[in-house]
Amino acid sequence: MSETTAPATAVQKPRRTLSRAVIRFAGDSGDGMQLTGEQFTTEAAWAGNDISTLPNFPAEIRAPAGTLFGVSSFQLQFGSQRVYTPGDQLDALVAMNPAALKVHLGDLKPGGILIVNTAAFDQRNLDKAGYTKNPLEDNGLEEKYRLHKVDIAGLTKGALEGLPLNVKEKDRCKNFFALGLMSWIYTRPLDPTLDWIKKKFGKSADMVEANTRALKAGHAFGETAEIFGENYGIEAADMPPGVYRSMTGNRALAWGLLAAAERTRLPVVFGAYPITPASDILHELALHKRFRVRTFQAEDEIAAATAVIGAAFGGAIGVTASSGPGIALKGEAIGLAVTAELPVVIFDIQRGGPSTGLPTKTEQADLMQALYGRNSESPVVVLAPSSPGDCFFIAYEAVRIAVKYMVPVIVLSDGYLANGSEPWLIPDPASLPEIPVVFRTEKEGFFPYLRDPATLSRPWVRPGTPGLEHRIGGIEKADVTGNISYEPENHDHMVRTRAEKVRRVAQEIPPTGINGPRSGDALVVGWGGTYGAITAAVEEAQMNGHAVASVHLRHLNPLPPDLGQILRQYRRVLVPEINSGQLVRVLRAEYLVDAVGFNRVRGLPLATHEIYEAITQLLEVKR
Amino acid sequence: MSNVAGVSETVPSGPRYTKKDFESDQDVRWCPGCGDYAILSVIQKMMPDLGIPREDIVFISGIGCSSRFPYYMNTYGFHTIHGRAPAIATGLRLARPDLKVFVVTGDGDGLSIGGNHLLHVLRRNVDVTILLFNNRIYGLTKGQYSPTSEIGKVTKSTPLGSADRPLSPCGFALGAGASFVARTVDRNVGHMEETLKRAARHKGAAFVEILQNCNVYNDLAFNVLYDRESKILHELRLEHGKPLLFGPLDDRRGLVLEGVKPKVVRVKDVAESQLWVHDETDPATALVLSQLWAPDYPIPIGVLASTQAPIYEEILLDQEQKAVSDRGPGDISKLLMSGETWKIG
Repeated sequence: MSETTAPATAVQKPRRTLSRAVIRFAGDSGDGMQLTGEQFTTEAAWAGNDISTLPNFPAEIRAPAGTLFGVSSFQLQFGSQRVYTPGDQLDALVAMNPAALKVHLGDLKPGGILIVNTAAFDQRNLDKAGYTKNPLEDNGLEEKYRLHKVDIAGLTKGALEGLPLNVKEKDRCKNFFALGLMSWIYTRPLDPTLDWIKKKFGKSADMVEANTRALKAGHAFGETAEIFGENYGIEAADMPPGVYRSMTGNRALAWGLLAAAERTRLPVVFGAYPITPASDILHELALHKRFRVRTFQAEDEIAAATAVIGAAFGGAIGVTASSGPGIALKGEAIGLAVTAELPVVIFDIQRGGPSTGLPTKTEQADLMQALYGRNSESPVVVLAPSSPGDCFFIAYEAVRIAVKYMVPVIVLSDGYLANGSEPWLIPDPASLPEIPVVFRTEKEGFFPYLRDPATLSRPWVRPGTPGLEHRIGGIEKADVTGNISYEPENHDHMVRTRAEKVRRVAQEIPPTGINGPRSGDALVVGWGGTYGAITAAVEEAQMNGHAVASVHLRHLNPLPPDLGQILRQYRRVLVPEINSGQLVRVLRAEYLVDAVGFNRVRGLPLATHEIYEAITQLLEVKR
Repeated sequence: MSNVAGVSETVPSGPRYTKKDFESDQDVRWCPGCGDYAILSVIQKMMPDLGIPREDIVFISGIGCSSRFPYYMNTYGFHTIHGRAPAIATGLRLARPDLKVFVVTGDGDGLSIGGNHLLHVLRRNVDVTILLFNNRIYGLTKGQYSPTSEIGKVTKSTPLGSADRPLSPCGFALGAGASFVARTVDRNVGHMEETLKRAARHKGAAFVEILQNCNVYNDLAFNVLYDRESKILHELRLEHGKPLLFGPLDDRRGLVLEGVKPKVVRVKDVAESQLWVHDETDPATALVLSQLWAPDYPIPIGVLASTQAPIYEEILLDQEQKAVSDRGPGDISKLLMSGETWKIG
C-alpha cells in the first residue's frame, strides 16, 4: 500500500484535538434519534473514550410529527478524560426539524456547531413549531453559532438513487446521514455502525445498502463540503485496563440478578407490571430463562409484589420492579414481607411525579416513600446505585442482603440511570461476594422466628421440608414461636427487633469513600444518579482551590456507620437532589447537622455547573 | 360415589395419615357455631386421602374469617394480605411447582378487594385449589354487606338496604375461564368432602364455592338449603351424565333447555330424552347452571364444570427447560462478554 496515492477526493482538512465534547441529536420521534445517539456512543466507545449518555424522549409512543412535544433527543459527552455526566451545555446540536431546533437551541453554547436539516423547514413544520418566520433566514443564528444548513433529507435521497426502496423508506435513512456527518466531524470510526447495519438489516440487502450509503454519504459530505473547515480528534481516555462494554442501568439491574441467580443456584421469580421506565428490566430478564429466571407479568402492581413474596416463601429469590406509582401500590405487600421476614428485592426506577407525572423523565423523589411509605413501623433496607454500571453490583448486593437478613430491600434507581449508558469495565463474576443461602432442615428446636444472634434473621425454610411445617402471616406474632400474639410488650419487642435487624445491615457497609480532603470547608453529599454531576462539580471546585469533598451514598437505610463522623469534619454540608429536599432532611434528623439542600425538580439530571455554583455560593456565606 | 369423573378410588400410596395429623396446635378462634368449623373438619379429614406428603402441602389465605384457616392446618401455611392470596399462590407455584397449593378465601376477600387476582389465577389456570367460603357478609369487620349479599341487604353500612346487585361466585369463575368450578354446602359434610376431593385432584385452577353460615352476622343466609323441606324442593345435585333432577321423590322436577333458557318441568310431563343432562365438560351450560337460584329455579350443588386446560406455570417451566436443554444453563461470565465489547490497555 505504501506507494499508492490516495485518490484526490478531498483536501486533507486540519484536525484539532479536544479533551471532550458534548453533542446532541434532536428530531422528531420518528427520526430515529435514539438509535443515532446509541450508534455514535458505540463509535466513541470503540475509539476508547469515556462516555455518559442522556436519552430524552416523549411519553407518547407516536407523538404527532413536527410538534414540540414530539421531539426526541439523545445527548452524550465523550472525552479523553474521565466523563462524569452527559454534559451541561452542547458543543454541537443536530436539529432534524424546526421543533427540535426550538426545543434544544437554548442548550447550545454560543459558537457551538449547529447542523440543521433544511428539508424539514417548510411552512407546515415551522407552523407546528410555532415559528412565525423561518429562523434559518434570519442572520441571528449565523451570528451566534457555527450554523450549517444541510439538506440532509435531499442529500440522503440523492445517495440512495437507484435503490428499489420507496420514498418513505429512503427518507428513514436520513438519520444515518446525520450520524455519518457527525462521525466525520468528531473523527469517530464508522466500523461499528457498518457492522451494526449488517447485523440489523442482514435479511434485506437493499436496506443494508441504503443505510450504508447514507452513512458514508454523510461522512463524505463532511470531508468534501466547503462549509466544514476542520474536524476534531478526541484521544482515548486513560481508563483502567480491561474489557469494556456499554451498559444501561436497567440492563445492569437485570444482569446483577442473573449473577445472583447463578451464584445462589436459586430460581429468581421476577414479578412486574408494565410501567415506564422499569419495563425494560422485565423485557431483559424474559430473555434469560436459562438462568432459571421466571418472569411473571402480573395483572397489577400488587400481584407482582405479592407473587414474589409467595416465591420467597417457597425458597426462591423474589424480585419485583416498578416506578414510583407502582411502588405506592406495593406498599402493603412490602409491609407483609417486613413482618413475614422474607427476602424480597424491590426495584424502584424513579420518575417525575406525583401521580403519572413525567413518566419518561428522571427524579429522585421516592426516597421518603422507600424509607417511610408504608403503614406503621415498617423498616426496609434501601440501596441506590450511582451509575448505570453500578446497578449491576447494587442488584447483586440487594439479593445478598435480603437473603442474609431475611428482609425486603428497596433499590432506588431512576430514569436517568435506567436508560443512560456508560462504558463499563466488565467485572469478573468470581470476584463478587458470596451469597450465603441456608435453608433450615433441622427439626430439633425449630421455631419459625428463631433468630441468628449476629443478623437477627429468622430461619428460611422451604415448604416440602418434613417436620418443619409452620404457619406465618401478617398478624403480629410472638418472637421465636411465631404464634399469633396481641401482647403489648411483644409487639413493642417485635417492632424494635425488625428495626434492629435492618440497622445491623450497617455491618455490611464498607468505609465511606471520600472524594477530596478528609476535612474542609464543605462536604457535598449525594445519592443515586447525581453521582456524575456532583463529582464533576466538586473536582472543579477542588481545582479552583476550594477545600471541598464529596461522598456518594449507596446505602440509604441503614446509613453508613462512619457518616456522622465524616459530616462533622466540614464547615458546611450541601446535599444536591432532584427532589424538594429528602436526604437532607434525613441527615439533619439523624445527625443534627446544619446540612442545606440544592434542589431542582425539572425531570432532568442536575447540571454540573449549577452544583458548582451552589458550592461556591455556600462557601461565600459567612457563618 | 362411583365412577365420578376424575375421582380415583384407588388407595393412595403416599404416607399414611389420620385426620389428627392435619390438626395444628393452635386454638381455633372462630365464633362458636360458625360454619367454618365443619369445613375445617372435612378438610382435615380428607387430607389423608389425597396421598400427598404433609410437608408438600401449603395453605395460602388473604384476610377475613375464612383466611384464618391456615393457622389450624398442620401443613405449611401463609396468612397474607387482603385479597392477594391468589397472587401469592401464583408466585409460590412458579417457584415451587412440586407443592400442592390451596387458597382459602371468602366472598369479600376473593370477590371484592381481590377480585382481580381471582380472575387472573383462574384465567391463567394456575394449578391451585381455591376454596371460597361464601357467607354473603363481612364477618371479621363486624357485619357489612358483601359482593354476594342480596340487593336490599340491611347491614351497619346499609341501614336502608344495599343498592348493589349480588355476584354469582361460580358464574364469575366460569366467566374467568376456570377449568374446574363446583359448589357445596357447609352443612352437607358428605357432599363437601366428595366435592373438595375432586377439586383437590383437579389439574389446574379448581374453584369451589362453599356456602357457609355466619351465625353471628348473617345467620341462615342459606336456609333454603338447610331447612329440610326447602332443601328437598330446591337442592339440585349435579351428576355428570345424569339428568338434572330435583324435588320430592314422588313429584320429581327436571330442567329442560329451550335454547339457552332453562325451564323447570315435571319429570312425568316430558319425555326422558328432553331432560337436560349434565355435561360438566361444557362450560357454556355450566354458566347457565351458575345463574340458577331459588325460588324460581333449583340451586345446583356439585361440580358445574371440569375441563382440561393448559397450566400456566407448566408452560413457563417448559420454556425454561427447553431453553436450558437447547443452549445449556446460563453462564454470567459468557453473558457479560457477549455482544459489543472492546479492550483497553
